[in-house]
Amino acid sequence: MTDRIVRVAAGQGFWGDWLEAPVRQVQGGPIDYLMMDYLAEVTMSIMQKQKSRDPRYGYARDFVPLMERILPDIAAKGIKVTSNAGGVNPRACAEAVREAARTLGLSERVKIALVSGDDILPRLDELLAKGHALRDLDTGRPLTDIRDKVLSANAYLGMAPMVEALRRGAQVVITGRVTDTGLTLGPLFHEFGWDPQDWDKVAAGTVAGHIIECGAQSSGGNLLRDWRKVKGLANPGFPIVEARADGSFTVTKHPGTGGVVNLASVTEQLVYEMGDPHTYITPDGIADFTSIQLKAAGRDRVRVSGIRGRPRTDMLKVSIAYFYGYKAVGTLVYSWPEAYDKARAADRILRRRLDDLGLRFEQVLTEYVGVDATHGPLSGPPDPEAPEVQLRVGVRGPDKAAVERFTREIAPLVLTGPPSVTGFAGGRPEVQEVVAYWPALIDRTEIEPHVRVEVLDA
Amino acid sequence: MPKVQLRWLAHARSGDKGDTANVGLIALDPAWYPLLVKEVTRARVARHFKGMVKGVDRFELPNLSALNFLLHGALDGGGTISLKTDAQGKVYSTALLRLEIDVPPAVARQLKRTRAG
Repeated sequence: MTDRIVRVAAGQGFWGDWLEAPVRQVQGGPIDYLMMDYLAEVTMSIMQKQKSRDPRYGYARDFVPLMERILPDIAAKGIKVTSNAGGVNPRACAEAVREAARTLGLSERVKIALVSGDDILPRLDELLAKGHALRDLDTGRPLTDIRDKVLSANAYLGMAPMVEALRRGAQVVITGRVTDTGLTLGPLFHEFGWDPQDWDKVAAGTVAGHIIECGAQSSGGNLLRDWRKVKGLANPGFPIVEARADGSFTVTKHPGTGGVVNLASVTEQLVYEMGDPHTYITPDGIADFTSIQLKAAGRDRVRVSGIRGRPRTDMLKVSIAYFYGYKAVGTLVYSWPEAYDKARAADRILRRRLDDLGLRFEQVLTEYVGVDATHGPLSGPPDPEAPEVQLRVGVRGPDKAAVERFTREIAPLVLTGPPSVTGFAGGRPEVQEVVAYWPALIDRTEIEPHVRVEVLDA
Repeated sequence: MPKVQLRWLAHARSGDKGDTANVGLIALDPAWYPLLVKEVTRARVARHFKGMVKGVDRFELPNLSALNFLLHGALDGGGTISLKTDAQGKVYSTALLRLEIDVPPAVARQLKRTRAG
């Protein structure tokens, strides 16, 4: 049947997104798949840290209570779930979801699968010894420069293991570092039986995935054009892709929800985090964003077609997180009159004290919120009548003690610096560990033989 | 030629990749896209962000009436390293909309009418 439609709905755009969204996607109308993206660039390192403290953790833990809420509905309606909530411990995540299913008496009905093999942290030295330099894509430095600081290392997997899990009858597929777009591509290739070397179909599914992977950011959230006209964001409808076998699809959302799906909302999401639009690279193929044709197709409906692709590359991207140092950010609020001048005077005093204490940092950054924090020198001259200005000072460096001491130099300014200062009720700023991101490439032949799909017993 | 701020001609969204911010600039009316192509050049954008970024690339997406700009070195290290409020380049979009470009008088008149309306 060529007119068959497969509906893939976005449930989470990042770890920490609106918790009600997946529930409303499942209950608000017909969908076939619920796609939930949890992994940003450094999320894996947070999860790796949690796993090193307790081997039962290392995944997006709020995924489990969420699944508990929607399991009865997805079981009744046959909705499938694809998610990379598994982080660095997809097995523990899948087992926790199975436990929830057992408690609900649904484990016989809802098959749960996990995908592993993306985690190369245990193999890192072996790979380096084999001659894989894992150079930083931005700086060209070899990984050996920071090897002892590496916290996590994961290859980005494509759709293949997802397709296999679905073929084996899984209803919930939990993965580690599968690409955001793979969570949508997998369902489409499984349902339509597309050839994985049909590069236009790969590109079409990639674009569909890109449009919904950030949740409501394509359905009215964070929409700049005519933002006042976007209604009902207290209950935003998350985006849904209605895909057809020919590779075209329609972006929409459930009736009765807030937000909007229109040419502007879809276009803003298409250009989000875009590099070279001719060459959007995923593990499964390359999509050409200059081939995308959009057409308004009724209220909250945008039709997408014409997408062209090119063959996949021999390399997979690797996301490595490493320990970089420490940072802290302190803030104080100065009020009218002459708020900006007072804040600047406080900054001078603070910097002098840091110098006098002999504290050294890689960077000390001062911003004036309300004056120039977001647009810098483009902000224009400061308003001398500004009702208040927030002084925001950040430091970063390798020396924890120095950053720690900085955090104790903010509050004293209240009684030892310029007047009419407030907004310090939050207490001392927190010293944060800086985990930095190291993108690299590796031959796919080093990764793919290690990828495993496992369907759990009931 | 009258000057008009980009906010009246385009909308935009920005994001990050490492220490690079991207800004997608989308014409509010597809008829204005050629004007953006002509006026919002790589050099013009580099001048606009002087002191804030280390290099600019531009790509054209006529199918979306959009231009994509890559602003290299815009995020003070980027991601988790950056101390900036806008460490992920979320509002470089609106910073670009501050740019003023020359527009034909007819476009200026059209904008005046719609803004008054």
